[in-house]
Amino acid sequence: MATETTTTAAPSVKPKKEALFSKKNVKTLRDPLDDNNPITVQVLGLCSALAVTVQVKPALIMALGVIFVTTFSNLIISMIRKTIPNRIRIIVQLIVVAMLVTIVDQFLKAYMFDVSKKLAVFVGLIITNCIIMGRLEAFALAQKPWPSALDGFGNGLGYGLILVMVAVFREFFGSGSLFGYKLVPQWAYDHGYVNNGLMVLPPAALFIIGIYIWWQRSRNKKLINVS
Amino acid sequence: MHSNQYTLIYAAGLSILTAVILALTAEGLKPAQQANVALDTKSNILKALRMDFTEREKIEEMYDSSIEDVVVTMSGDVQEDEGADDVDLKNQINKKPEERLLPLYIHTAGSGEKHYVIPVRGTGLWGPIWGYIALEDDFNTVYGAYFDHKAETPGLGAEIAEEPFQRQFQGKKIMSEDGKFVSVNVVKSTAKSDVAPEHRVDAISGGTITSNGTDLMLENVLAPYVVYFEKLKDKKQIAASEN
Repeated sequence: MATETTTTAAPSVKPKKEALFSKKNVKTLRDPLDDNNPITVQVLGLCSALAVTVQVKPALIMALGVIFVTTFSNLIISMIRKTIPNRIRIIVQLIVVAMLVTIVDQFLKAYMFDVSKKLAVFVGLIITNCIIMGRLEAFALAQKPWPSALDGFGNGLGYGLILVMVAVFREFFGSGSLFGYKLVPQWAYDHGYVNNGLMVLPPAALFIIGIYIWWQRSRNKKLINVS
Repeated sequence: MHSNQYTLIYAAGLSILTAVILALTAEGLKPAQQANVALDTKSNILKALRMDFTEREKIEEMYDSSIEDVVVTMSGDVQEDEGADDVDLKNQINKKPEERLLPLYIHTAGSGEKHYVIPVRGTGLWGPIWGYIALEDDFNTVYGAYFDHKAETPGLGAEIAEEPFQRQFQGKKIMSEDGKFVSVNVVKSTAKSDVAPEHRVDAISGGTITSNGTDLMLENVLAPYVVYFEKLKDKKQIAASEN
């Protein structure tokens, strides 16, 4: 491969070093938050978005877990991208992702046992979250480590934002609380207010995400002819 | 294209590297995880006794001050040298009832009233289910119940871990009026069955296999305790008549 020789070239031949937060890098970081959001635009990773958004706290922890995994899997794969044999690249990606997810799982079990019980199987399922493999294939395999890490962080954050937003709606209308603190006062219940039972069931997440996509597309003209 | 040799060595090298990293993490975090599991067990036993604490210190304090654990054999004798935590329920439930060791947690309330907590374990749909059944000191009435599971379907079988399902058990009886063991049956309220209402709780819609698993688990695990409870009852009567 021709690219392998360039790494040994003298510093003087190298192009001018790109700033850490150049325009391009900031765009890499910011795009997944809205214009190219993994959940609402790429429509990836919906499974966990439906499952762990009943309450805000597990959703937040899940989001942090995914941010950790996307950032570091992108970084690691990008760092070793030139050494990965093409024929087993998916397996290599899986090993790296699985290792990171297992680390997250072990840390949750050690330090946040109650949350890890709630997230249960979904932490393990981060491995199969399409966002992660999608970003590795589409971005990290072809880009330098720093932009890759930014891309991973941005995508994790874009995923997390949607997750927490959906969870806020579902916990508030479904249980009348946020982070477990009761927000709807007792007198509201006394006057006939009832928690919305649908909100604690998975379909509610689908409706909220659907409405969000509708709202996002009516606001963001760039998305109208994307799909 | 990389050669086969390179590919093989690369795959092997990467596997070994990740294995080492994971082994180190798992080993390093093990003490903290085990402490969590132990604390979780204590908190679950307290939940079966209708005490729900979240703070670590509270759980430890309450548990240590009011609960003692014993192991009983099938013939109703107490094993002196073992504690209930040493018994691995997973191995016990598959043995023949005659060979089992029966762990039991005895809770003494401030008023001197005693409750007997029996750990139960069985199989649900996707994996193991377990829990704790607290009996009042008539060895018949259920004081409280707590269930948990490894991987039951959320919203369906996983409902056994929710409070509404567990609350149904309070006040149910495990013995019939003529002193025979009948367990608490988990059956749909609409199902025709000749089991009296005080021996049945409503099963979960859409969670049939988990409900059946819970039903079997209770019957399988509770039954052997009856011998020991009879002994305790006799002792109590003797003590009462001596006074």
